[in-house]
Amino acid sequence: MAVADLNLAQQARPRESFSDWVARRGTAFWVVAGLLLLMPAIASPFWLVQIIAYSMILGLIALSLMFLAGYGGIVSLVQMTVAGFAGYLVAILGDSAISQISLHWPWWLAAPVAILVATLFGTLSGALSVRTEGIYTIMITLAIASAFYYLTLQNYTIFNGFSGFNGILPPVFLGIDWGQQVPFYYLTLACAALAYGAVVYVSRAPFGLALQGTRDNPRRMAALGFDVVAHRIAAYTFASLIAASAGVLLVWYQRQISPGTAGVGPVVDMLIIAVVGGLSRPIGPFIGALVYVLLRTFSLDVLEGVGLDGRRYQLLIGLGFLVIVLFSPDGLIGIWQRLRDRYRRSGDIRDSQMGSGGGTP
Amino acid sequence: MSAIATRERLTAAGSANALELRGVSRLFGALAALTDITLSVRPGERRAVLGSNGAGKTTLFNCITGDFAPSSGVIRFFGEDVTAFPPQERIRRGLRRTYQISSLFVGLSVLDNVYLACRGVSRNRFSMLRPRRDDALVHAAETLVEAVHLGPVKDRLVGELAYGQQRQLEIALALSGAPRFILFDEPAAGLSPTERRDLVHILTSLPSHIGYIIIEHDMDVALRVVESVTMMHNGRIFKEGAPEEIETDPEVQELYLGGGHVGGGHG
Repeated sequence: MAVADLNLAQQARPRESFSDWVARRGTAFWVVAGLLLLMPAIASPFWLVQIIAYSMILGLIALSLMFLAGYGGIVSLVQMTVAGFAGYLVAILGDSAISQISLHWPWWLAAPVAILVATLFGTLSGALSVRTEGIYTIMITLAIASAFYYLTLQNYTIFNGFSGFNGILPPVFLGIDWGQQVPFYYLTLACAALAYGAVVYVSRAPFGLALQGTRDNPRRMAALGFDVVAHRIAAYTFASLIAASAGVLLVWYQRQISPGTAGVGPVVDMLIIAVVGGLSRPIGPFIGALVYVLLRTFSLDVLEGVGLDGRRYQLLIGLGFLVIVLFSPDGLIGIWQRLRDRYRRSGDIRDSQMGSGGGTP
Repeated sequence: MSAIATRERLTAAGSANALELRGVSRLFGALAALTDITLSVRPGERRAVLGSNGAGKTTLFNCITGDFAPSSGVIRFFGEDVTAFPPQERIRRGLRRTYQISSLFVGLSVLDNVYLACRGVSRNRFSMLRPRRDDALVHAAETLVEAVHLGPVKDRLVGELAYGQQRQLEIALALSGAPRFILFDEPAAGLSPTERRDLVHILTSLPSHIGYIIIEHDMDVALRVVESVTMMHNGRIFKEGAPEEIETDPEVQELYLGGGHVGGGHG
């Protein structure tokens, strides 16, 4: 299976001091970090929230899939459902315009409980599916996702059926209205940075290393004393925590939630985002999400600009997906890595030629 | 009551065999891969299991480690009935094995492979914290890597290693933690004469309390590192004895040594 073939050169790096950590980041890291921090000064509110913040939220959900698929070899389609469930719980436990259902808990109680319960749901889904491999995992998680979609669609007492919930407002806290564009952007950025950092860190901690071991060779892992099933379930818990947190952000961003939020379409979109971005590194899902959001937002204009029906934007997304997967099985990250390697290699050759020609050490 | 139970368990462990199989059989559909295997190995004993291809040697290992459950019979490890235990529970009790075809983590470095092996038999398998610089398990892993002469390549990806080095790593994984009993499945397969000498050295210099069973076609390796031999044929135990006896036994020569299966031509 393709996912298992990814060679992730991870190491159990010992803990390092903060200054070592700072020194080891590349230029690209600091450029992106600086740009993201200064974004509110550069970008219009539309770009800030509708494009970048939304990409980061989708990127978070896809990151939870990347963690499972990239490190654990587990292709789970249930991550969007976990996010959707957390969103629904925020609406049900907290405040919404559907006041006969919503319990009006304060946000600081509703949001953590929503994350906790949705994470538990993700863990249980994992426990159901981890004994299977490959296509069977996909089938079971897709079945859970579809079941949740139809439950929300047909249940009116808790999920309010087809219309779902609207009027869900981000909290006002510390005197800041987190629903305002700039605060919401920074809230999303902080969550994305935290989750990204956590995934990078855990991937090289014993837990993440062992997870990669279960991906490459589950039988040997058992022969080394690891409980492969328990390890995979724990991976679901970690991934679901990220997806659930993203679900809370998602419902605060949309200010409404309905069955379509976690329908089969978005469930598959998450897979597309993660694969297009690249499953080999945690930055991949965020890049995939940005490309997806840009395509969704602007392909309509582009299509109409060339005289085609704007409603065909899905066609453009599908074609983009096809082209990327055809040319680079490890997504945009793979293209980037190959380009960089080629540049470095040609640089090395230049250096060695100069070295031999000029005779300088 | 519990004190008596504990004492009984302790005496049982003290006098128990490292490994004891009683009437172990394994069927694959209608094919009997193992039939009524009864075998006991004392703590610290080193034994070779010989037999032609298809004799059931590797199936025997798979039953002992729990990769498959036996169809019938009982397996005891240091007196404890482990027949129903999953592999990891047996490994945590001090059982180890190597594989005939190297079974490594090719996407990870040499040191990480050994580190994982050390982690697997320690607590905190789920630790989300990266190890400290002075982490005892990192040290243990480094020592083990040196012990199998892989120090110079410890940061290389395992997929990039030469075949012989992968075989050495395979052994290092089995030596991690505190092994009490090891199953070696054809450790010399495909090794050069020099590498075979290194292997014999590693096996003979193991601490004396560590017993093992070795499956090996190369008699020069097998008979030099063991004190007893079990011959298998068609899934049954066919003969047991000291290496000298087995070597000179006419029936064995007829069945095995004369059959051209011996891979020891290198020596």
